[in-house]
Amino acid sequence: MRTKRISLYILSQAAKLLTLLIAISILSFMLVSYSPIDPIRAYIGGDMLRVSPEQRANIEEYWGLNEPRVSQYLNWANSILHGDLGTSLLYRSPVAQVIAERFVASLALMAIAWLLSGIFGFILGIIAGMKKGTWIDRLIKGYCYVLSATPTFWLGLVVVIVFSVWLGWFPIGLGTPAGILEQDVSLTDYLRHLFLPALTLSIIGVANIALHTRTKLVETLNSEFIWFAKAKGEKGLKLLWRHGLRNISLPAISLQFASFGELFGGAVLTEQVFSYPGLGQAIVEAGLGGDVPLLLGIVLFSTIFVYVGNLMADILYKVIDPRIRKEWN
Amino acid sequence: MSGQEMIGANPSVNSKWNLRRQTLAIIVISVLLLAAMTVSGFLIENEKLSVNLEARNSSPSLDHLFGTDWLGRDMLARTLKGLTLSFGVGLLTAFLSTIIALFLSLLSSWNKKIDHGVTWLIDLFISMPHVVTLLLISFAIGGGFKGVVTGIALTHWPSLTRLLRAEVMKVKTEQYIGVSRQLGKSRWWIACNHYLPHLMPQIMVGFILLFPHTILHEAAITFLGFGLSPEQPAIGIILSESMRYLSTGMWWLAFFPGLSLVIMVGIFDLLGNSIRKLIDPFHGQR
Repeated sequence: MRTKRISLYILSQAAKLLTLLIAISILSFMLVSYSPIDPIRAYIGGDMLRVSPEQRANIEEYWGLNEPRVSQYLNWANSILHGDLGTSLLYRSPVAQVIAERFVASLALMAIAWLLSGIFGFILGIIAGMKKGTWIDRLIKGYCYVLSATPTFWLGLVVVIVFSVWLGWFPIGLGTPAGILEQDVSLTDYLRHLFLPALTLSIIGVANIALHTRTKLVETLNSEFIWFAKAKGEKGLKLLWRHGLRNISLPAISLQFASFGELFGGAVLTEQVFSYPGLGQAIVEAGLGGDVPLLLGIVLFSTIFVYVGNLMADILYKVIDPRIRKEWN
Repeated sequence: MSGQEMIGANPSVNSKWNLRRQTLAIIVISVLLLAAMTVSGFLIENEKLSVNLEARNSSPSLDHLFGTDWLGRDMLARTLKGLTLSFGVGLLTAFLSTIIALFLSLLSSWNKKIDHGVTWLIDLFISMPHVVTLLLISFAIGGGFKGVVTGIALTHWPSLTRLLRAEVMKVKTEQYIGVSRQLGKSRWWIACNHYLPHLMPQIMVGFILLFPHTILHEAAITFLGFGLSPEQPAIGIILSESMRYLSTGMWWLAFFPGLSLVIMVGIFDLLGNSIRKLIDPFHGQR
């Protein structure tokens, strides 16, 4: 019975992902194909004047630009199914390879920010919720409201001004020091370049989780079993540990998983500020440079990324919460 | 958004300034501040933005409160112009998004199939990171004002649609709707006379609370280079230009324009939440 339910769940989720990817790919392909950017011009770049109309026609023929859009899409989708995402025009290498390389850099950034913002947001939310109505609660809440009105890239610029320009503690940008071969770059160099982008992204991420945790904790503290525990004389951290934490940690964790989309968006902006060589910078370059294969590849990839986050949030609820698990079995 | 402690004073202490009055005062003040920001941007003539090489690269002073840039342009004037532009784009896109949300939520009351379609569309649009969708649409249209407006209008409706749809679904089961149906009223009539008035408070609050998002996303997409063209005095342009001068220590180029944007967005947030508290006190005060 149980295995049947689980396999059904996996099947339905896979079907969901598949339809989602098909829809997104059709939508984004359609959008891109109507773009005023000429793919041949984007491919050839500065040598456009040296290309004769016949050569141009040949390229169009070779790329199948004369075919109707539907068959263009089917060709593209077909090669994706065979694992071929095409060749990036900007990097002159397979799109899958570019995405893989860039994603490793982005993953380091996003993972750190995700963890730090989760932990600090959770702690701040608990403090605010426990001290509801006091000056510290007001301070934390005000801080979160200001943060949610703050553009990520501006915060990045302020961080650069303070830590790189004024204090000179960290380099201004890039993923590795300029003018050094890749094999000579040490781990500390990597970390030094990673620190400020990760800091920016972490600070921004705190607001949402802190406010959410605070509301949840306030709600929980108003429930009857907490009154009963209080009547028995429990209070402070012990009360929180015994009765509060379990009720607020699960929503917080799944919220954090469900926020992969915002995390990715924040990474795009942060990487742009710090010229950090991640996936976010790649999609911006692909968009500005008319690199359609890479752009579409990253769009699909980011969709899967967000989907995985939501799926994990869903599964966590099912696995951790005994009440939901019981329904599920 | 919880009520009293946000505003500060305990309402029971001073009965003259009860919560309702405080909220009203906040609304009036925020509207005045926003009006001041936007109107002052309109009133600044373009000559204020002209190049003045004698006064270039000067740090904030009494003559130039926000300093000047590498061409000697007054940053305060540029910032105010930028805020006006942000407000304009925000107004237009929030309006369009609200219209889309209203249309789709009314459409989903039609029948189950259409409702499934609308829900599917919402799920589809939130399955991509916001910035990526924006970038894609902007790319497809070729950037510029049109690209930004279309992109933002097409990406900000899902959350509001969800809210409005839930409300429509709730009202749909009410008896008076059924009676109206039996009396032979058309769906269009029911939508206009029963659903719409019921949705109005949500629409108003949702519209204003869309501003913070649309303004921030406009600045972000412009900053990335997909949005408004570099000739326009948008905050995103100012900030992306300032990046080249930060390492020389010209911090005021980025700091004040960004801070002004934060303040504007924050006021919109406050305004939206206060109006919600006023017209929907039961939900607003939690």
